[in-house]
Amino acid sequence: MADGLTKSAARNIFYGGSLFFFLLFAALTAHSHWYMVNKSTDKEGLTESVVQGKHIWEKNMCINCHSIMGEGAYFAPELGNVWERYGGHQNPEAARAGLAAWIRAQPLGAQGRRQMPAYDFSDEEMNALIDFLEWTDSIDDQDWPPTPAG
Amino acid sequence: MKYETQKVALPFFMVAMALFALQIVFGLLAAAVYVWPNFMAEAMPFNIMRVSHTNLLIVWLLLGFMGSTYYLMPEEAEREIHSPTIAYIQLAIFAFAGAAALVGYQFGIHEGREFLEQPFWVKVLITISFLMFLFNTSMTLAKGRRTAINMVLMLGLWLAAVFWLFAFYNPSNLAVDKLYWWWVVHLWVEGVWELIMASLLGYLLIKMTGVDREVIEKWLYVIVGLALFSGLLGTGHHYYWIGAPSYWQPIGSIFSTLEVLPFFAMVVFAFTMFWKGSRNHPNKAAMLWALGCPTMAFFGAGVWGFMHTLHWVNYYSHGTQVTAAHGHLAFYGAYVMLLLGIISFAMPQLRRVQPYNQVINMWGFWIMTGAMAFMTFTLTFAGVVQTHLQRVLGMNFMEVQDQLVLFYGMRLGAGIAVAIGACLLLYAFFGPVREQVPAGGTQLTAGPGRA
Repeated sequence: MADGLTKSAARNIFYGGSLFFFLLFAALTAHSHWYMVNKSTDKEGLTESVVQGKHIWEKNMCINCHSIMGEGAYFAPELGNVWERYGGHQNPEAARAGLAAWIRAQPLGAQGRRQMPAYDFSDEEMNALIDFLEWTDSIDDQDWPPTPAG
Repeated sequence: MKYETQKVALPFFMVAMALFALQIVFGLLAAAVYVWPNFMAEAMPFNIMRVSHTNLLIVWLLLGFMGSTYYLMPEEAEREIHSPTIAYIQLAIFAFAGAAALVGYQFGIHEGREFLEQPFWVKVLITISFLMFLFNTSMTLAKGRRTAINMVLMLGLWLAAVFWLFAFYNPSNLAVDKLYWWWVVHLWVEGVWELIMASLLGYLLIKMTGVDREVIEKWLYVIVGLALFSGLLGTGHHYYWIGAPSYWQPIGSIFSTLEVLPFFAMVVFAFTMFWKGSRNHPNKAAMLWALGCPTMAFFGAGVWGFMHTLHWVNYYSHGTQVTAAHGHLAFYGAYVMLLLGIISFAMPQLRRVQPYNQVINMWGFWIMTGAMAFMTFTLTFAGVVQTHLQRVLGMNFMEVQDQLVLFYGMRLGAGIAVAIGACLLLYAFFGPVREQVPAGGTQLTAGPGRA
């Protein structure tokens, strides 16, 4: 440790530097917030139904098995791009029907396969959840993930 | 123990260790599901096991921080705790809130953002309890001696409380939600918790090595400076793929690479003070933890963090078992080992005996630390295979997981070894007192000319 550095100098550098980096970080976060709302996410597409879907996603704590945009539990497939994986970009109706059927088929009860619990969603809830997944897929996220596998 | 009110720490440590034991139980259950997918599938779905595992960790670490603060504050501030009664009440509130959350999870009562799953009213209770704690300890500090140790510690705790408030903000836009979610999660564990960690480590080193406070406190400011200068903008490594602007890719890559520095500095700090020290402290077990903590934190948080933090690497490894490997060793090295070290140091004094059961304690250290390292290696191998199959070759997630069973089996084995080590350690802390000083002991004797 440099002998030239005194304790009070080290303290002042710590407080001053931390404040500087915090303000810079806060400013960049504010810009990122603006960018997300106006540029990278679908502002008009963020409907009541998408919001309800996010609520259903949270209420059932899907995040503690699945991941969404790479964040979550890594125990079950990534769902940030599940809309793409189900062919939603080409055939939205088929993707919607496919996702709903898959969720309704749980639990599969297959031996040696991880089990997803049964969820008793109404048609409206199911649609909202899928709207949320479709909206999430549309976020401009620097082309992540690298493959449709998620 | 110079001050009577330091004993307030004891019930905090007891509750914390009980929750630590439970955390390991839920971890074992979840690890078993990875090996036998139908294990308890009807009784307890995986998401309940995982939320219990992670939340117990967070709650016991916070209780450990509180207990440690109550333990060291009288010595550092040179006065008794402002109000032991407030301490016991806020412990009761915190423990009740944690227990209520845990029981609630088993019945599906929770919110749904990772790590912040506590129901609203539990979050409110946690906030109230934490504010009571901050009031109590700040009042003690305000009337007492100010040192770099207690000032940095209190700054870390206050900032942890401030950033916690973002847990109450849940925007309906998922991208914005994630943006601020990291203001709690990252700014805690890779930001202000490092202030808590460095100051508690500094306290242990002052007590055990006898190195001059001026030297240790100067190091402390340098380390926490490095932590925040790198860690604040280092948050950018979480902003690569969530719809944030692309400038986070260079910013996050550069600053999160620099996040290795404070951890490396802590290793150099601990070992330098150890060798410079002239005091031959009788608590060898606590000294072992105080050296082991920065070492494992450097590997878990530093090296394993750096391994997947560059954006062009993270593009492929993000959200795979590589992340799980890093998460396990980082939390264990930085925060679990730190608190186990503080408890190893404080328990003999809280029980008013000479350092005791040290050999069992050290067995616990080596078994747990070795097993956590092994767990990290198995998950890293799993993650590398997963990254290649899924992210490069594009294989389906479930097919890839079937390829990883061998690693998950070894992870479960490592988890069982962690549990055995933890049992030894809890016995060493709370079991009958038998004075054991390691035979020889010079290998852990501080000071030049003593080794």
